[in-house]
Amino acid sequence: MTWDWSAVWDFMPRFWEGLLVTLQVLVLGSLLSFSLGLVWALAFRAPSRLVRWPVNAFTEFVRSTPLLVQLFFLYFVLPEWGIRFSALVTGTIAIGLHYSTYTAQVYRAGIDAVPKGQWEAATALSLPAHRTWFAVILPQAVRRITPALGNYVIAMLKDTPLLAAIGVLELLQQSRLESASTFQYTEPLTVIGIAFILIAYPASLLVRALERRLAR
Amino acid sequence: MTAGLWQNWVLPGIWITVQLLVYSAALAAFVAFAVGMARTHRSTPVRFLAGFYTEVFRGTSALVLMFWLFFVVPPLMGWQLVPMWAAVLALGLSYGAYGAEIVRGALNSVATAQREAGVALSFTPWQRMRLILLPQAVPEMMPSFCNLLVELLKGTALVSLLGVGDVSFAAYLVRLATQESAQIYTVSLVIYFVLALLVTRSMKALERRSKRNIGIEQEPGLLGGLLARRGAGPVRGTEAAGGASK
Repeated sequence: MTWDWSAVWDFMPRFWEGLLVTLQVLVLGSLLSFSLGLVWALAFRAPSRLVRWPVNAFTEFVRSTPLLVQLFFLYFVLPEWGIRFSALVTGTIAIGLHYSTYTAQVYRAGIDAVPKGQWEAATALSLPAHRTWFAVILPQAVRRITPALGNYVIAMLKDTPLLAAIGVLELLQQSRLESASTFQYTEPLTVIGIAFILIAYPASLLVRALERRLAR
Repeated sequence: MTAGLWQNWVLPGIWITVQLLVYSAALAAFVAFAVGMARTHRSTPVRFLAGFYTEVFRGTSALVLMFWLFFVVPPLMGWQLVPMWAAVLALGLSYGAYGAEIVRGALNSVATAQREAGVALSFTPWQRMRLILLPQAVPEMMPSFCNLLVELLKGTALVSLLGVGDVSFAAYLVRLATQESAQIYTVSLVIYFVLALLVTRSMKALERRSKRNIGIEQEPGLLGGLLARRGAGPVRGTEAAGGASK
């Protein structure tokens, strides 16, 4: 079997559609994971054990189990409970929830790295709790952890093909549909494989540059 | 769920998942050490090739790689891989690339004076690697390898999409048979969680042993480290993702 360029051109319309969906999942999933992760990270520091322990157990459980199984869980079990979402929404929620348990650890490390004196200064100035968090601690923490969050966005990009398993029309699913109609397996799969490298590698260079910049 | 479903699907599924984990971890460890050491090699072409390998395999998605090995390689090469081995190859090669970064980072973190001492004693490069650098670098790698191994365990679930009968595939079949999802998917999540706990636990034990070998004693954790948390923080991000070097 030889490489057929015309198959590549035929795949292009589907490719762009798939890329759009992939990026959509990536952006919404990242936003969800950043905000949920912050919620978990704040809950890790809650004064009551009744909050800390369940949140710790839950995030540890989600972090240690495969995204694919969680995806099926949400896709098949939520409708049984009467909650119906489209495959795209379910997939985005699953990927955002899964990665929020990673970003929570990143936030935790970032918050722990803020010097103790900053907390004490906030107490000395008798700042209310929300001012302490949003004006003193988080701005310093977020600066430190931006590269790590960026790395998780890249990791998330490489996990978006899993959504093909529940029929979301992202890159991998588009290539499978193309192969199913033309019986050309080589070209579409190779194209999307290379597309992932072409997006992920420059993105990782960007994160590296950011890391060096913030380290100074 | 009936006993038949357990015996015919779920239990063999657990066994297949464990097998996948062991085989692909062995391949990944081999790749990680070979490529990681090559990245600290003297000659530029060797370093470049090793770097190219890591960037390509960390850059693409493991699932796409798996499909590629399964659907594209057979017509190109004229031979076909059994799904199980396509899966092991894909997992081993891509997680090996992540592992290579860990190995490289740990080798670079060994104090330069150690390497220089080896040169002064006229050790060959291989002797330096084997007798000086690796024994000090390996304990350094253990926490990251522990995380990577749990990631690999989670990665084995992907093989169910190629039709290999692992835990996820068993869950899918049981769902079809019983028309009930909540129970079987909860059970399979718990199975993965317990497996991850076992992996973490045994890696912690290995870590303590390898540290004791070079004279670092560690406090035993709560309940002998059973509740020990997997390492966290920004460092872990760089290893799990296709991002920055350590």
